[in-house]
Amino acid sequence: MRYNEPSPLEQMIISYRFDLPNPASIDTYLANDGYVAIKKVLGMTPEAIIDELKVSSLRGRGGAGFPTGMKWSFVPRNTGKPTYVICNSDESEPGTCKDRLLMENDPHQLIEGMLIAGWTIKSNKGYIFIRGEYRYLIDIVDRAIAEAYQRGYLGKNILGSGWDFDLYTHTGAGAYECGEESALLESLEGKRGIPRLKPPFPAVVGAFQSPTILNNCETYSAIPWIFRNGGAAYAALGTPKNGGTRLVCVSGHVNKPGVYELPMGFNLLRIVNEVCGGVRNGKKLKAIIPGGSSSPVLRADECDIPYDFDSLAKAKTMAGSGGVVVLDEDTDIVAVALRTIKFYAHESCGWCIPCREGTNWLKKILSRYHEGFGDESDIDLIAELANNMLGRTFCALGDAAAMPTAGFVAKFRNEFEDYLKKSPRFQPAPELAVV
Amino acid sequence: MAEVINFTIDGQKLQAAPGTLVINAAKQAGISIPSFCYYDNLALQAACRMCLVEVEKTPKLQVACTLPVAEGMVVHTDTPQVHQARKSMVEFLLTNHPLDCPVCDKGGECELQDMAFRYGAGFSRFREAKIHVDEKQWSPVVYYDAPRCILCYRCVRICGEGLGVSALGIGNRGAMAEIVPNRGDHLECDECGACIDICPVGALTSGAYRYKTRPWEMEHVGTVCTHCSNGCKTTLGVRNGRIIRANNRDRSGVNGEFLCIKGRYGFDFYDHPDRLTTPLVRQGGELKPVSWAQALAVVAKRFTEIRARNGKFAVIGSNHTTNEENYQLQKFARQVLRTSNIDHHRTGDVATLLDALQGRASALASTADLVNAKAALVIDSDLAQEQPLLAFSLRFNWRINQGHVYAVTPGPVREDNYATTVRAEPGREFEQLQLLKDRLAAEPELVILFGAAIKGEDIRRLVAFGDSLGIPVKYVALVDYSNSRGASDMGLLPDLLPGYRPVSEAGLEPGLDYDQILAATDLNALWVVGANPLSRQPLASQDAFVVVQDLFLTETAQRADVVLPAFCAYEKNGTVTNVCGDVQKLTRGPKTMGPKPDLDIIALLAKEMREDLGPTKVADVFAEIRNRVHGYNLPLVVIESGGAAQAVPPNDRIQIQSRPEVVRSAGNTLYTSGTLGRYSPMLNSVLEAPGALYHDPHIAPFVAKGSVQVDTTEKYG
Ligand SMILES: Cc1cc2nc3c(=O)[nH]c(=O)nc-3n(C[C@H](O)[C@H](O)[C@H](O)COP(=O)(O)O)c2cc1C
Ligand code: SF4
Ligand code: SF4
Ligand code: SF4
Ligand code: FES
Repeated sequence: MRYNEPSPLEQMIISYRFDLPNPASIDTYLANDGYVAIKKVLGMTPEAIIDELKVSSLRGRGGAGFPTGMKWSFVPRNTGKPTYVICNSDESEPGTCKDRLLMENDPHQLIEGMLIAGWTIKSNKGYIFIRGEYRYLIDIVDRAIAEAYQRGYLGKNILGSGWDFDLYTHTGAGAYECGEESALLESLEGKRGIPRLKPPFPAVVGAFQSPTILNNCETYSAIPWIFRNGGAAYAALGTPKNGGTRLVCVSGHVNKPGVYELPMGFNLLRIVNEVCGGVRNGKKLKAIIPGGSSSPVLRADECDIPYDFDSLAKAKTMAGSGGVVVLDEDTDIVAVALRTIKFYAHESCGWCIPCREGTNWLKKILSRYHEGFGDESDIDLIAELANNMLGRTFCALGDAAAMPTAGFVAKFRNEFEDYLKKSPRFQPAPELAVV
Repeated sequence: MAEVINFTIDGQKLQAAPGTLVINAAKQAGISIPSFCYYDNLALQAACRMCLVEVEKTPKLQVACTLPVAEGMVVHTDTPQVHQARKSMVEFLLTNHPLDCPVCDKGGECELQDMAFRYGAGFSRFREAKIHVDEKQWSPVVYYDAPRCILCYRCVRICGEGLGVSALGIGNRGAMAEIVPNRGDHLECDECGACIDICPVGALTSGAYRYKTRPWEMEHVGTVCTHCSNGCKTTLGVRNGRIIRANNRDRSGVNGEFLCIKGRYGFDFYDHPDRLTTPLVRQGGELKPVSWAQALAVVAKRFTEIRARNGKFAVIGSNHTTNEENYQLQKFARQVLRTSNIDHHRTGDVATLLDALQGRASALASTADLVNAKAALVIDSDLAQEQPLLAFSLRFNWRINQGHVYAVTPGPVREDNYATTVRAEPGREFEQLQLLKDRLAAEPELVILFGAAIKGEDIRRLVAFGDSLGIPVKYVALVDYSNSRGASDMGLLPDLLPGYRPVSEAGLEPGLDYDQILAATDLNALWVVGANPLSRQPLASQDAFVVVQDLFLTETAQRADVVLPAFCAYEKNGTVTNVCGDVQKLTRGPKTMGPKPDLDIIALLAKEMREDLGPTKVADVFAEIRNRVHGYNLPLVVIESGGAAQAVPPNDRIQIQSRPEVVRSAGNTLYTSGTLGRYSPMLNSVLEAPGALYHDPHIAPFVAKGSVQVDTTEKYG
């Protein structure tokens, strides 16, 4: 099931099976181009596969937008160790809800993408790491895996190639941090979900101390299409260096929220106004959080830009995980900032000082501010604390918390200031208790 | 490959080996980069972010504790940006820190205080409520105050990586993250307190020390632990003449980072209410307190009488008294009492090993060898229980220097977790050794450590086995107490003088050994110094005049006619020799009133009997030992400055009367220490605490007998 009616503006190349009857079944998949790409790939060398991916300019859909072909090329050959293929389906970034649809409606597409990765590095084992809260998806994906084994797409001697590949699901336990690739690996190995020191990166030392390909669920799901239609065709769908399509997850104050597959570089304002039917209740647009809750907010006047990695980076924000949160004119930015930092404070793993203490402190200041007990000096303090975290934390979660917070203050300082003029919800005590 | 890397830190052009971390390269150049989580020889964490530095051509600040130097790298450790970053880290850290420095054990020695002093702001911008979590007691030894914890994970690593115990972990997340013990609400572990000492702040405190003093009120006295034979250096914190704590934060001794529970907390026996403070003399069947003069007069008179009628004397010496005391005691026995009936509880057959080696001095391993040797083999000892420092050292060697460890033991041992281990029932060790022979012979060198079960002829067999390997082999005859080795070296033996010279050189015949002394029915006098032989077997000589020097009214003291209260090792000066022959200096810590050092008691008795025993002062006796006892001519400057120098006594065959039957292990565990241990409230509290005894869950599956264990070295190494 999907959340929304498809839009005519969509270009469905990885979501087109979503609306078929019985979309998750292998028969549906086989009847609709399924397991065609792997047959082709089994005749290709790793170099040729990676070159094709580079041509496609596919970039990781997990958040960082790292070129997938290049990532695969970092995996060392012949280390004597086993290699692993891991799918990051931890999907925990607020505003993001696409991997869920991919697993629910087209699990075989994901399996085929992982098979291609497995063949490329001659791996014999893969894991799909699914976020704890998606428990129901595990049954669906497990069923698909069982079907694939039955039909010989998984297991021993796949399609007579002499190559074996086993695939397993593994569930997280409800931690955003376990979506960070190295924390995911720790969690997968049965340890506490905290990130690892990098370098070495997972490509070299990943799961169980071995070379590993780790990609997002949507990244893998795009791969079969690329090998059926060619990397150049995929690249042509998007903008330069930003190949293909994206599942854009639109939430917030729009008439038709949902997940839409749009070509890379589709204009952000058009997504709101044309794909999603405009801002709800005829209100005016105030701002857009363009790439999941960790991306710095864009004011309405900044939103007329192509939705791809590089354009958003130029606007000092990011396309991240594809979660577009639309905020209308009535939105209380302080409340949004508070909600955002509450999430990160709750999800900070606690490993490093600036993130552990910084998110907690920011949460407390913003809570107080939101309740009407703020003062002038808090505004600069919030911005300064966010900057004190930025670039100094162990993993990117700290940045993910600091960037949007700094962004809200920078872009909507006036709203913070107006807050001080509003009558506080409670009369402030003459002196605040300092503990 | 380039062997040196050229780089610049704060304008200094420097060189270092590839792989050197910036934090260490800077330290070597005299530039200190602040750190909490970085700790020598423990895994890198990069968690505290205190060590951020600027590296040219790198936009973000870099973490110096995980960054290896690179060719041409230019590092700045003291720019405004770096300073600002450090200041902000301290500010973050202090937000949820209780700032209860005035009552915190660590106040004055706290790394967070020091860091706040250097980088802290003059005022707090944190106006919110701090997170409070109640303090927890995890064991009689360990308390944890989560709000004070800065989550540097040093405790977790020293316990897991350092000791191989892994009793600590991390629970919760974010600002609520905290350290948690291995049994939910309590600890089952070695109770060594390494976690407490390594904690940079006052988050972990010890049941022994907490809230007793301010650190600056103590004097710090470097001495040696008096429990097992490993001879760990310890620093006593002494206030008003009393020991308040023991630790080794300066890492200056043979033990480096290490102390076990006995070294850190087991000093407390000295303060036990049952401690003898005045001499006792039996009057009308009861021991009555008397003055020192009276007691010494009684002993001198009886000894003189018995000697005059050619009565039979025997002397049992101590495993704990100093070399000087042992040396003078045997001199007294042989010169004054004219007897060879002198022995001590032998916990290892040192003399036979020395004889079997026939003067090969280089075949005696020093304590330092254990952390450097390419390979070590343990036979018949549960090292972690009986020789805690040696176990720690072998593990360190495996962990840091890739040394290999082998063990042949009757039951499961902690080394099973990382070493190649073989189970052998007692008496069948040599069959099992054969299984390992090829692997041992392939090692470049080997240190063999063997327990008390290998004695007499077995030691000669073992040395023959070592010789057959065709590689350099060194040995350690494991003994049990702080100066067991010194007792042997100083001639507390019926057949050997100090330095293992035959008694015939003194014109004497070999005398009665320990068992024979206790079994003899015709002794006229027995003098027991710092030993409790009657705790195990009765004294057959019903009528003997018994003199006991001890700290407590032990089973032996209760049988005495005269009891002379003695100092313990923490209260006196002198030297002791550890299991590997390393000689170290004891320095008097507490100023206990009443008892006397055994050396003084021996000298006073000699004086009372108008006998000349030569020097009376510690330094003079040691000078005589250096002159006269083979192997003890050690560099004075090393000993005096608190270092360790190895004594290598024999230079040839030893005319030994093999008496393997009197060699018996004391069977101490990590939490017991013979008679002394019974008077330690801390050791007893740990023994009594439910679940506090160490049960290693990893060991249980390895109980299969006589099977070669899988070599896990590669898996971990
Ligand atoms: C705090 C944090 C959370 C993350 N969560 C996710 C996630 O839920 N799903 C995901 O695919 N990537 C997540 N990432 C990104 C991954 O670390 C990694 O870059 C990504 O899975 C790589 O796949 P890709 O190259 O296909 O994007 C997260 C990163 C951080 C720092
Ligand atoms: S930035 Fe630090 S505390 Fe935050 S999630 Fe990453 S490692 Fe954990
Ligand atoms: S208890 Fe001490 S050593 Fe352990 S993590 Fe906390 S501050 Fe560090
Ligand atoms: S290992 Fe031995 S010498 Fe070291 S602290 Fe423990 S009992 Fe004392
Ligand atoms: S010392 Fe480098 S991060 Fe802690």
